[in-house]
Amino acid sequence: MSESAARALARMFGRMAEAIEAEKDHLSELDGAIGDGDHGITMSLGFKAVNKALAALDLDTASPSEVMQTAATGFLDAVGASTGPLYATGLRRAAQALAGRKELDLAACRDMLAAFSEGIRDRGKAQRGDKTMLDVWLPAAEAAATAVADGRSKQDFWKAVTIAADNGAAATATMVATKGRAARVRERSLGHLDPGAASAAALVRAMAETL
Amino acid sequence: MQRFINDPDLVVEDTVKGFVKAHSDIVRLAENPRVVVAKDAPFAGKVGVVTGGGSGHEPAFIGYTGKNMLDAVAVGELFSSPTAKSFHDAIRAADGGKGVVVLYGNYAGDNMNVKMATKLAAKDGIEIATVVANDDVCSAPLAEREKRRGVAGEIFMWKMGGAKAATGASLEEVRATAQKAIDNCRSIGVGLGPCTLPAVGHPNFQIEPGTMEVGIGHHGEPGVRVEKLKTAEEVAKDMVKIVLDDHNLPEGTEVAVLVSGLGATPLNELYILNDTIESEISARGLKIRKTWIGNYFTSLEMVGATLTVMALDDDLKTLLDVETRCTMIL
Repeated sequence: MSESAARALARMFGRMAEAIEAEKDHLSELDGAIGDGDHGITMSLGFKAVNKALAALDLDTASPSEVMQTAATGFLDAVGASTGPLYATGLRRAAQALAGRKELDLAACRDMLAAFSEGIRDRGKAQRGDKTMLDVWLPAAEAAATAVADGRSKQDFWKAVTIAADNGAAATATMVATKGRAARVRERSLGHLDPGAASAAALVRAMAETL
Repeated sequence: MQRFINDPDLVVEDTVKGFVKAHSDIVRLAENPRVVVAKDAPFAGKVGVVTGGGSGHEPAFIGYTGKNMLDAVAVGELFSSPTAKSFHDAIRAADGGKGVVVLYGNYAGDNMNVKMATKLAAKDGIEIATVVANDDVCSAPLAEREKRRGVAGEIFMWKMGGAKAATGASLEEVRATAQKAIDNCRSIGVGLGPCTLPAVGHPNFQIEPGTMEVGIGHHGEPGVRVEKLKTAEEVAKDMVKIVLDDHNLPEGTEVAVLVSGLGATPLNELYILNDTIESEISARGLKIRKTWIGNYFTSLEMVGATLTVMALDDDLKTLLDVETRCTMIL
């Protein structure tokens, strides 16, 4: 392990920005069907801001928790919408979960995912099945917990997490939105993927690729 | 659709710059370029009145900054809530030491960002109250009013709250007045054509030619039904019916009426609508004290109109007559 945990996290945020950039138009299109069509733009803005904030951080001395906290503040100050407070709260909680840790072992990744998804849930007051990003983050966090409990390898851990995330995103097409702006179209949201879930799945894949 | 823009990603920034240049006698920019402040705010000993919301609704929200109206406005991206930081900075800019009331619309993003901002402001020692507008009748049943969106009724909420604050009223009095104003408002939108976020480049939703969407939201949120386009008279009758059936006002009640275009509907069509709107409201035994018609709260270049009716009591009548100094005539 030549790369420090702080650097690995910074690289993860870089990969997240790339993933969002690649999906930007697709995400806005998904949002246009059941929301207001800005999700791709909002997410792109947020992760660009995160990387800008991290560029000003000294990764040689910063702790993993500080990287997360910096990312949270960068995201919150740049992004309004619902996404700003939701992701900023998730990132803040992840920063708390990583406090005092130097290594990003699987237990740390599990705790980070758990704190992240709980932060989003507490801020947005949504649950599984509400057709939101939580339909990705909560199953991903659960898969992480199961994988650690089962003593899985790193490769299998991320495979399980990614599959749970992708399945969660796909399942949102069968749900009727009850939270957020898509809730306003109610039954008409049926059959459409939730844009927040789609971007969350892209973020989970970026995590799996870099951690 | 051809547009006067420079860069799709700079639409908000360029809008605010042009706005502030045009109205430097009324407003100024805060240190945060996403916060527009009334020129001489904060006013010592006056409750600060703040709002904020996504851009693309001009003249809302920035156009209502000014004397006896809003002291500061947080500006979001197009159709997207401002950041918690911008709401926080707007609260600070409006704080004259007597507390700040944040009067905003019921959208998931605005709710969360205002909540985070009020926590930050409380740490600064600023006393905060909030009122959430929910006047859009078609966005949820009356029994679930707390789920309804805020639309053009917000203008009346700002006007009443701003006028009350100008009297030197306490934070609680201003909050209660703004709450009463929005409680007394009902709105409906009818859409005839969609709108496009410049950075997205194509409409977010479609309204088929020959049809209209009754109950459409301020961002193109689908309405309660799509039906064949009818005459202005029939549309206006329908709008009044939906609004007043929900309102259930006693005969003789005085009301204020706001008919706003959604961006691309010409003013003359709003007058055509109002011809019937006014007769229909009067036919129900209500008395119209004042009517405003124009592009007061738009949705980019959406084709369509909204109707807002606010019931007035003596207090609100007095406040309605308070003169304001913002870019819109109120």
